Amino acid sequence: MIVLEHVNKVYDNGFHALKDINLEFKEGEITVLIGPSGCGKSTTMKLINALNSSSSGKVLIDGKDISGLNPVELRRNIGYVIQSVGLFPHMNISKNVGVVPRLKKWDKDKIDQKVNELLDMVGLDHTIYSNRYPSELSGGQQQRVGVARALAADPDIILMDEPFSALDPISREQLQDELIRLQQDLHKTIIFVTHDMDEAIKIADTIILMKDGEVVQTGKPDTILRHPANDFVRNFIGSKRLENENESIYEIPLVDEVMITNPVTAFPGRGLAEAIKMMEMKRVDSLLIVDRNKQLQGAVSIYRVLDQYGEEGKTVADVMHPVRYSVASGSTLPQAIEIMDSHQLSNLPVIDSNNRFLGLITRGSVVKHLAEVYPTMVPPLLNGEDE
Amino acid sequence: MESKHLTFSDFLSYVSRNSGMLWEYFIQHLTMVVIGLGLAVIVGVPLGILCSKNKWAAKVILFITNILQVVPSLAMLVVLMLWMGLGTKTVMVGLFLYSLNPIARNTYVGLKQVDPSYLESGKGIGMSAFQLLIKVRFPLSLTYIMSGLRIAAVIAIGVVTIAPLVGGGGLGREIYAGLNSNNSLRIFAGAIPAALLAIVADIVLGILQRKMDLTKRKSGAAPAPTKVQKIL
Repeated sequence: MIVLEHVNKVYDNGFHALKDINLEFKEGEITVLIGPSGCGKSTTMKLINALNSSSSGKVLIDGKDISGLNPVELRRNIGYVIQSVGLFPHMNISKNVGVVPRLKKWDKDKIDQKVNELLDMVGLDHTIYSNRYPSELSGGQQQRVGVARALAADPDIILMDEPFSALDPISREQLQDELIRLQQDLHKTIIFVTHDMDEAIKIADTIILMKDGEVVQTGKPDTILRHPANDFVRNFIGSKRLENENESIYEIPLVDEVMITNPVTAFPGRGLAEAIKMMEMKRVDSLLIVDRNKQLQGAVSIYRVLDQYGEEGKTVADVMHPVRYSVASGSTLPQAIEIMDSHQLSNLPVIDSNNRFLGLITRGSVVKHLAEVYPTMVPPLLNGEDE
Repeated sequence: MESKHLTFSDFLSYVSRNSGMLWEYFIQHLTMVVIGLGLAVIVGVPLGILCSKNKWAAKVILFITNILQVVPSLAMLVVLMLWMGLGTKTVMVGLFLYSLNPIARNTYVGLKQVDPSYLESGKGIGMSAFQLLIKVRFPLSLTYIMSGLRIAAVIAIGVVTIAPLVGGGGLGREIYAGLNSNNSLRIFAGAIPAALLAIVADIVLGILQRKMDLTKRKSGAAPAPTKVQKIL
């Protein structure tokens, strides 16, 4: 665990870059430092590998004050990835990845083995890439090598300074996904600096939001989204994500907002041929049977209709099955999802207090709702809403 | 005064008759250049490194070596001769002083131009200042150092032709012999090889200089670009 205690940084020109920073970076977690440029996020990160020194206060790694350690030795035990990648152009890829193990004077065979293993791990076939030079790789491939280099000496801590922000959007997404995948196996303590909130929400276990050298808010991505500490955080999270703030993000959505209000229904007296025609026209595989008083009577599936099709006198009321589960208007979406989930339902009717049918929750309508409310951040919030 | 026109065949026959002596001059010439430059590299590169470490050192070192270089070559050799006496040694020390500036300056510029991102990543992954110099900064400034060596070599090959004035050897001796005896064949026999040597040195060192630009280094195994088949 890394702990910052009352850290201040004042430059010679009087600029107070960090103001009484107290932070804790948990072991095995990805902690994202985020904030506008000049907020001190990089400065804070570089305290940990002694690229920056504090004017006062302590930086403790596993309880040890790093000011007592040799900075060169310390850095060899902390992985470091920077935005401009910084692969050495005169060394081939395997030399670049093996540079820290060589500094640590590992056995040559052990280095080769580790380098090959790491290249494969970050998605670069070592038989192809080992002997290439950095200028022969794309930006995304170079940063993969950058990540491999940071992992080479098996450090417990990895510092990443806006590692993906210079990449094109596709490579960036890929590398974010890879990082999450790698972290599942590696459980490193990763400190990741970014100014991109989407990136932070995607990869962070904990987000630390900074502004003007101060920590504004610390918490899980979900907590920060749901309970922004102040207007600055709200603005930083972005207007796009917050435009539906009142009705949706901070209040759990109700089934009434999510349901389809005009699902395909039929009166109980309809014949089977009519039912098939309706399903065909509306492209559905089942009909809800609702009577004139809007009371839900039951449901029929296409299979059931086809099964009994030969008997001409029958109506849908004869072949329908009762609807066992429904949810009351005013229930929350998580309640509805819970019911659908535990009973393996593909849909769930919503009824009012007089048992009148109001609408239908389907999986499609849930996804559609989430996509509308959280246009840029569907994956993390789905996790949040599943519970 | 000879009035007959000299032909190229006269020149060739003179060179072939005196090839042993000319070869000896050529080797002397080359030896002085190589030793002078070698000394300049041994001293100039560390001076360049020192310049890159300290702003004041840079000012002082570049100022002094610059003054050494602007002194006319003849004056420099004569002053050295007064101090060191006649001989090849004096010429080599002159060349050394003359070549210091391009080598020290280019080493300094080369070390300074290394992209800061390489330095940041080198430092960040745990290289000491010395390791950073040897493993990163120096390899990435080789092309600049080579360029300094190239400038110094071309100048040195020219300057060495005045070596006979301070008791040195080399192709200059043939040129002066020709001047004294009013024999243009001998002048050409000394001047043409000296000029060719300068041209060849410039070309060869130029190729080396490009080869040592490691910032865009490629592996031989790189996917070959589509080959254009020449149809005859």
